Amino acid sequence: MAKSALLKSSIAKKYWMALTGLFLCLFLTGHLAGNLQLLVPNNALNFNKYALFMTSNPAVKLLSYLTYLSILFHAVDGFMLTIQNKKARPIGYAKQNAAANSSFSSRNMAILGTLILVFIVTHMVNFWARMHFDKNMPLQTITVEVMGQKQELYMMVNGGYMPTNQVAKTAEEAKKNGAPTYIANKTDFMNTQANVKVGEGYKDLYKITVDFFKHPKFGLIATILYVLSMFVLAFHLLHGFQSAFQSLGINNKLTPAIKAFGKFFAIVVPLLFAIIPVYIHFILK
Amino acid sequence: MSAAKNINITLKIWRQKNSKAKGSLETYTLNEVSTASSFLEMLDQLNEQLVNERKEPVAFDHDCREGICGMCSLFINGRAHGPDTGITTCQLHMRMFKDGDTIYVEPWRSKAFPVIKDLVVDRSSFDRIQQAGGFVSVNTSGKTMDANAIPIPKHDADKSFEAAACIGCGACVATCKNGSAMLFVGAKVSQYALLPQGKVEATQRVLNMVRQMDEEGFGNCTNTGACEIECPKGISLENIARMNREYLKASMK
Amino acid sequence: MKLDSKIPEGHISEKWTKYKDHLKLVAPNNRPKIDIIVVGTGLAGASAAASLGEMGYNVKAFCFQDSPRRAHSIAAQGGINAAKNYQNDGDSIYRLFYDTIKGGDYRAREANVHRLAEVSGNIIDQCVAQGVPFAREYGGLLDNRSFGGTQVQRTFYAAGQTGQQLLLGAYSALSRQIGLGRVQMYNRHEMLDLVKVDGKARGIIARNLVTGELERHSAHAVIIASGGYGNVYFLSTNAMGSNVTAGWKIHKQGALFANPCFVQIHPTCIPVHGVNQSKLTLMSESLRNSGRIWVPKKKEDAEAIRAGKLKPTQIAEEDRDYFLERRYPAFGNLVPRDVASRAAKERCDAGYGIEANDTNEGVYLDFSTEIQNKGKQAAYAKGNHNPTPEEITALGKQWLEEKYGNLFTMYQKITDENPYETPMKIYPAVHYTMGGVWVDYNLQSTIPGCFVAGEANFSDHGANRLGASALMQGLADGYFVLPYTVSNYLADDIRTGKISTSSAEFDEAEKRVKDQINKFLSNNGSKSVDYFHKKLGNIMWNKVGMGRNAQGLSEAISEIAALREEFHKDVFVPGSADELNPELEKALRVADFMELGQLMAMDGLQRNESCGGHFREEYQDSEGETLRDDENFSFVGAWEYKGEDISKEELHKEELKYEFIKIAARNYK
Repeated sequence: MAKSALLKSSIAKKYWMALTGLFLCLFLTGHLAGNLQLLVPNNALNFNKYALFMTSNPAVKLLSYLTYLSILFHAVDGFMLTIQNKKARPIGYAKQNAAANSSFSSRNMAILGTLILVFIVTHMVNFWARMHFDKNMPLQTITVEVMGQKQELYMMVNGGYMPTNQVAKTAEEAKKNGAPTYIANKTDFMNTQANVKVGEGYKDLYKITVDFFKHPKFGLIATILYVLSMFVLAFHLLHGFQSAFQSLGINNKLTPAIKAFGKFFAIVVPLLFAIIPVYIHFILK
Repeated sequence: MSAAKNINITLKIWRQKNSKAKGSLETYTLNEVSTASSFLEMLDQLNEQLVNERKEPVAFDHDCREGICGMCSLFINGRAHGPDTGITTCQLHMRMFKDGDTIYVEPWRSKAFPVIKDLVVDRSSFDRIQQAGGFVSVNTSGKTMDANAIPIPKHDADKSFEAAACIGCGACVATCKNGSAMLFVGAKVSQYALLPQGKVEATQRVLNMVRQMDEEGFGNCTNTGACEIECPKGISLENIARMNREYLKASMK
Repeated sequence: MKLDSKIPEGHISEKWTKYKDHLKLVAPNNRPKIDIIVVGTGLAGASAAASLGEMGYNVKAFCFQDSPRRAHSIAAQGGINAAKNYQNDGDSIYRLFYDTIKGGDYRAREANVHRLAEVSGNIIDQCVAQGVPFAREYGGLLDNRSFGGTQVQRTFYAAGQTGQQLLLGAYSALSRQIGLGRVQMYNRHEMLDLVKVDGKARGIIARNLVTGELERHSAHAVIIASGGYGNVYFLSTNAMGSNVTAGWKIHKQGALFANPCFVQIHPTCIPVHGVNQSKLTLMSESLRNSGRIWVPKKKEDAEAIRAGKLKPTQIAEEDRDYFLERRYPAFGNLVPRDVASRAAKERCDAGYGIEANDTNEGVYLDFSTEIQNKGKQAAYAKGNHNPTPEEITALGKQWLEEKYGNLFTMYQKITDENPYETPMKIYPAVHYTMGGVWVDYNLQSTIPGCFVAGEANFSDHGANRLGASALMQGLADGYFVLPYTVSNYLADDIRTGKISTSSAEFDEAEKRVKDQINKFLSNNGSKSVDYFHKKLGNIMWNKVGMGRNAQGLSEAISEIAALREEFHKDVFVPGSADELNPELEKALRVADFMELGQLMAMDGLQRNESCGGHFREEYQDSEGETLRDDENFSFVGAWEYKGEDISKEELHKEELKYEFIKIAARNYK
């Protein structure tokens, strides 16, 4: 009884919504902290270092899997609840005055959530997928002046540098044009003759991000859509944050504080997220 | 006090011959309605008019007409029990409306509350939830311990009373966009969970009542809070939270 | 017919205990072979059905509402009496017994009332065990308050919703039995006739109100707990559906109907406001703990108020007539209901009424003195020994809100007036009927196997019921009396076996019901049921209401007879028999009210005395108080049905013997 109750019952679904939702709030906070580095001037290296850490640290990996799972579960559970709730009222009212008794966001969690899901998917295609799977993911470079000549160098994880003109994109290319080094496994610098790894570069997520929002054709649209998505997120959080506590059975004298914090969270987090593309598009040189 | 006056109104009322028939909104005009009349007295007036015209009067549930039996159940102008708070339909007065108003009157809409006729719905699902566990299993011998044997903190007794004030009208279900009955069930669970007499079988109670609630086809709570606003007895959302807690505790056992 | 009340021998304090010890029992293994029908699921019905189900009988319970929880017991506000003496103010079983007999103006049966007082304590224990959330003090123990007609604090309460909480308690016990399959519940079913086999009650005909189907239900015993008949007045504090049909149908089958003229008019209801009014709303008697009742001393002030030229707050203190305090200094505003009601009527009849309705019927219930007193107390309690008048008023209002907030809100919603600022307007309204089906000590009617409980019987309140006693009686009957006496009766039925529903008796009963329904539906008259019901109510209120006299009662008898004839000739009932048809339901109920109304007037006419709620204007003393005639009228008047012509009903008298209480004039001065 008890076990199936925790999986199937209506209330259990609420627990899962609440727990995954709150976990995703934590994720948002972490994600935001990372993203905010984009606002620090000349911080590309640190940002890319951070990105490398986030994609390679085993503990972070575990967390990220938990995040994917939460998103999935939150979405699937949400869809199921919505379907079930639609079935609970097969014939609707001819006249409804729902605004008299409930907030816009509380009534539209499913729509807001779906929009957020769409955002997450596009967001992941644009950044996460490129970071993970794109074979042509650029590696971070730096331009230095050597004897009055500009030279572009790859930055290496071990702190060293590798001139870009000595690195071919692939082994074949290296053989063709005789470059001493080529790139394998997206980030490894390989010695062409010995076929051994001589260093590792940073994936340049920073560049990807800046290029994305500064794209001459689509940069403005991307920025606007991103900001709109953050509005949607704000509304979702406006109800979702405090609602999660209620679902978990927490409604006591702390509730006013939880609600106030929920509002603060729902406004500040999406706002900070939204500032970043705006800054990149309009201010960053 | 605003002196009573007479107003003319247009009514759009859901008419449905029986549970199997297809219903529709019908339009009626009613003149000379006193603003001192209650909403149900206005419907009486309409029915008197219909009977005099040899037409079938509108069926609607009502009984005590003083806001306590929970029988009246109308969705008026988009709101359960109409455009006032803290009242049942029978306590709604026509002074809430203006001359020339069009008023929509619909039955509670929920899969678990099928329409029987016109504005009358079947709420026996609430009874079945109660039968699944809404009680203290004590025999009616009168040979229990003295009523004052267990002192109960006033705060708990008051909270329990506030939950017990639920009249089972179903406005929470009707108004909830999900057709959820959790305010009703939460109130029942809370009433007993707060009292030492009810704690003994708290585990089984909450599991059984929630199971029955789910079986009846009610929707799921998404904490919009609409039920609390429309509840004629001001039953608090705290009761849903308490049920969630009780259920979690019970599921872990 | 000789009426045998079956009161056991012995001292009053031992009668019930000894009697119970010698009642016959039905063994647990035999109980499932026995069917019991319970009609009505208020306090008496729900508690009886739950208790009998729990014992193991097969119980079928019926209610016309959509759920047993909605029976009108739910609307009782003030409280429930019990002789617990938790407040240590000298209460005892004897005192509750005495107060109830005295409150009933010495027209109730001693043995029944004493039994009621004896089990009153158990009711509270039982309810607390069931999880009824009574009001408590800060120490965690139960709180009590005062009610009219008593000088002790013995009333247990749950804010202004005591009836609701008690009914939900009984409903929860009933629900438990339904869940266990021991009680079968029939919601939206109305009993339309009793079936007798060999003189015994053996079943009922019930109409499924949703499908219109007539159903036959058989049983070894039938319990009627269908409440009172106050709706014979059309306007009353009863629920719209409250009716006498179950009680009246068994009356027509041979059960005597006792003291029908004993009706309680409750002093504190919201006055009538207009022609379309469908019901009157009670303001709890508990308000009389804090409110003072008055009308202007000068007629011209009353006239000015009615004309809207003066406000009550503009009437100076010395120009107010606190008529209850003036006439009854010892009990003041807390005199019993009948006394308070009559005093209000006396003032209004004399032209001092303050409500601008057709009859000027209304008096003030004023909380301003209490606001000042409690405000001052509250200020002192806060350590403020020098409060400003504004502080006092604010604190006083706050106190009122905590105590009566829900009632004040209810009043404001209905009247659109703020009772914190201006006095409430109140007037008496029909509330409770002490009369009902005659039952013996076992609560059995003159039909063997047909028991009657709660407000539907006549037994415990004499000519006037004290506040907070109806809840007590309902639960006492259902939880603590019927389980014993019904078992005693059923002990002879363990070999009977299932009662067949395909007998001639069932055929006949069903045909009676069917004929009546068809008659109404094919009547094709010109007026609605309500039209006639309102007319009946008018006659009843004016001539069989708070003040009665021989002439008015005689007129009422013939007027009702004529109205009844017109009703059957000219009523129009739309719709068909095989569907939910509220107009048909009303017609069937009003048909019975018509007959009962006539009998009430006859009963009032034969009782040449004033007692309790029955005030015959010819029988009053020089101060306008009731004049009882113990020599000639110390009896229960029980009427026997003698066919369609109600005026042919025959009166039987059950002498009331007072062995343990000395009869005295009822004095609240």
